Amino acid sequence: MKNRATVFALCCACGLWGQTRPTAFTGARMISIAGPEIPDGVLVVEKGKIVAVGPAATTPVPAGAVKIDARGKVVMPGLVDSHSHIGQPEGADGSAPIQPDVRVLDSMNVRASTVQKARAGGITTVNVMPGSGHLSSGQTLYLKLRPGQTIDDLLIKLDDGRIAGGLKMANGTNPRRNAPFPGTRAKAAALVREQFIKAQEYREKIRAAGGDASKMPPRDLRMEELVEVLDGKRTVQHHTHRHDDILTVLRLAKEFGFKVALHHVSDGWMVAEQIAAAKAPVSLIVIDSPGGKMEAQDVALRTGAVLEKAGVLVGFHTDDGVTDSRLFLRSAALAVRAGMSREKALYGMTMANARILDLEQRVGSLEKGKDADLILLSGDPLSVYSHVLETWVEGVKVFDRADPKDHLLAVGGYGAGKDGDIHIDECMKGSEDER
Amino acid sequence: MKSALLMIAAAGLACGQNVAVRGEVVYTMAGAPLKDGVVLVRGGKIERVGPASAVNVPAGFKTLTAKVVTPGLIDAHATLGLSGALNQPHDQDQVEKSAPMQPELRAIDAYDPQERLIEWVRGFGVTTIHTGHGPGVLISGQTMIVKTNAVTADDAMAPAAMIAATLGDGARAEQGKSPGTRSKMIAMLRAELIKAQEALKKADKKEATRDLRAEAFQKLVKGEMPLLVTVHKANDILTAIRLGKEFGLKLVLDGVAEAPEVLAQIKASGYPVILHPTMQRSYGDAESLSMETASKLSAAGIPFALQSGFEGYVPKTRVVLWEAGVAAANGLGREKALASITMEAAKLLGIAQRVGSLEAGKDGDVALYDGDPLEYTTHCTGVVIGGVTVKTEAR
Repeated sequence: MKNRATVFALCCACGLWGQTRPTAFTGARMISIAGPEIPDGVLVVEKGKIVAVGPAATTPVPAGAVKIDARGKVVMPGLVDSHSHIGQPEGADGSAPIQPDVRVLDSMNVRASTVQKARAGGITTVNVMPGSGHLSSGQTLYLKLRPGQTIDDLLIKLDDGRIAGGLKMANGTNPRRNAPFPGTRAKAAALVREQFIKAQEYREKIRAAGGDASKMPPRDLRMEELVEVLDGKRTVQHHTHRHDDILTVLRLAKEFGFKVALHHVSDGWMVAEQIAAAKAPVSLIVIDSPGGKMEAQDVALRTGAVLEKAGVLVGFHTDDGVTDSRLFLRSAALAVRAGMSREKALYGMTMANARILDLEQRVGSLEKGKDADLILLSGDPLSVYSHVLETWVEGVKVFDRADPKDHLLAVGGYGAGKDGDIHIDECMKGSEDER
Repeated sequence: MKSALLMIAAAGLACGQNVAVRGEVVYTMAGAPLKDGVVLVRGGKIERVGPASAVNVPAGFKTLTAKVVTPGLIDAHATLGLSGALNQPHDQDQVEKSAPMQPELRAIDAYDPQERLIEWVRGFGVTTIHTGHGPGVLISGQTMIVKTNAVTADDAMAPAAMIAATLGDGARAEQGKSPGTRSKMIAMLRAELIKAQEALKKADKKEATRDLRAEAFQKLVKGEMPLLVTVHKANDILTAIRLGKEFGLKLVLDGVAEAPEVLAQIKASGYPVILHPTMQRSYGDAESLSMETASKLSAAGIPFALQSGFEGYVPKTRVVLWEAGVAAANGLGREKALASITMEAAKLLGIAQRVGSLEAGKDGDVALYDGDPLEYTTHCTGVVIGGVTVKTEAR
């Protein structure tokens, strides 16, 4: 009990500290994503936001700023993972194939070691998804990996007061089961269409009520979420592998006019032109070998390159635990190995995913006014020899490889799998500094 | 005429072509890397390795060039050729669950040399694999060592290399069946090994009817085949060592996620280690695995090699070259990481007289790269096995 109180006090100190003094990162090679790389850059953050970024020659360090000497290092935006399962998220159960009313929000464990390991991998924003065993397994959560102890500390509040997130959907073999689940692909599409048509009718009733509460249809959680999707307020984050399944997603998205991002997209290289024509963004997984499941037998390292050439917006994801959050940068590097441009691959780790999550105004690049989410790397982001040294979220350091506890999370070892308290050592340093 | 050509082609395939591989850097793995080095391969075997200034390439040799040249890579433990890419019941032959101990199951009777994942790893420079029955039951069967261009399982370098065992949670049988506990696993193994010892003591062997299972256990106690024990937790590692010492087994410790907790005991045992893939998922018995374990084994002087391991889902195989890269970046360093997938692996598997380094007299197995082989963005640009440039999509 006493422990908890201490932690709470430190959090408060941390928050105050974050607001009192600007922090300046100097001397690093800066990859802002918004423009060309800066060989000797300065980045100033204050009150959780980026207030200046540019070459050392033209970017002054404010008086009184806490200076962080980053010479020989690389600074880039915090990574955005557009598809992950960190924090032991749960979604729909076995009662029905389409459950948009179910929320990851109600299941997340933010103290899970997987969440802490994601910080070690440089991930600062993440889309936590329920699984792919349903046509819709529920609402996803877009989180900032702030050093919080509760799910509320990590949420992103939208301007209209809603909590940021998408709707998970899936097709292909994963949702195939005995009834009431679909037994065929055609049945899967029919079940989805049926629900969206119901949602259209539900929306009509709401519109017809014209704001008169007495004329509103009874509340229906599933329908309400699907209406958000129909209204473009919630993006469908859609698991899909096979080329024909990808086209089925695009067909349904066109019929109902919903916003969709295609996830995994193993056969994406076969239907790149169609994806480009539909202007659908792709959240790509990069894995070490083809196969492992029937639908992934033709997965190719070159998919990123092929989609880039076709003009598709390409982001990457970990699908953690399918791939490890701590090795997320590897996805971009292997895509470059197979022909993708360095520029677009790094964009795919940051801005592309920010756009896939509709958060491009806040995260994804080092630009004035954006959230101060950044990572310090020991070397080039695409090199196997580089390590994430520090991860900062909204101006607060949430991972420090030099700290033995954080190092354990970064490389693994005895105790690294233990779910526990969040490390907030930087805040402790800060509060001492204030005294 | 046509048949004569075919005969020549067949002869070329059998004994290899004459090839000179020239690299800006040649990691021979037998001494310091050579700058601007040449590897001469004649009739499938390495004839000479040295600096380009000192090695004349004879007329008629096909010359290949690359930035970096290494020996063909060795994957010290895989299930390639038995656990197919599709991951459907029809292509999964790495574990037979009808009984907890079936050491008589031979890898060569299941190995599919055309399985596409073999071609996949070959494209990264892997030329030799130790593969076969996987983890998942107490004793799953035998393993084999084979080149990645083998046309049939009978081409194996070693058709019966080791007998594969699993200890710990991974070997637990379904509820109600044995072994249900760790203690039971060891009791079952000891009973079989004692039976094998006693059978060997009996003088009159003519009367005995053949028993394939008993013969396999006898090979273990005679030290004719090593026992490859996949084991992760510290207490289970010590159990494996205890068992090995009791019966004087040739033991190879495999996996060993918690090796850093018992380094001294592993070192004292003298048993070598085939370490889990550096990027293996950390859960179950392997929850405490670390990317730094390779560097700790190296510092402790414990002989070890790296592996692609067994994967039950996506990715269906790992690429041992990439596992070495992450180990290199986490304290092991480039040259030791390369050794763990070449010479150290060859020594551990008992095939160092043929492969693992670029030295005169060894097989002409060479991998070519356009940069640091361990780097994510480097490509494998060519693969030579027994002097033959393997038709493969370089990656």
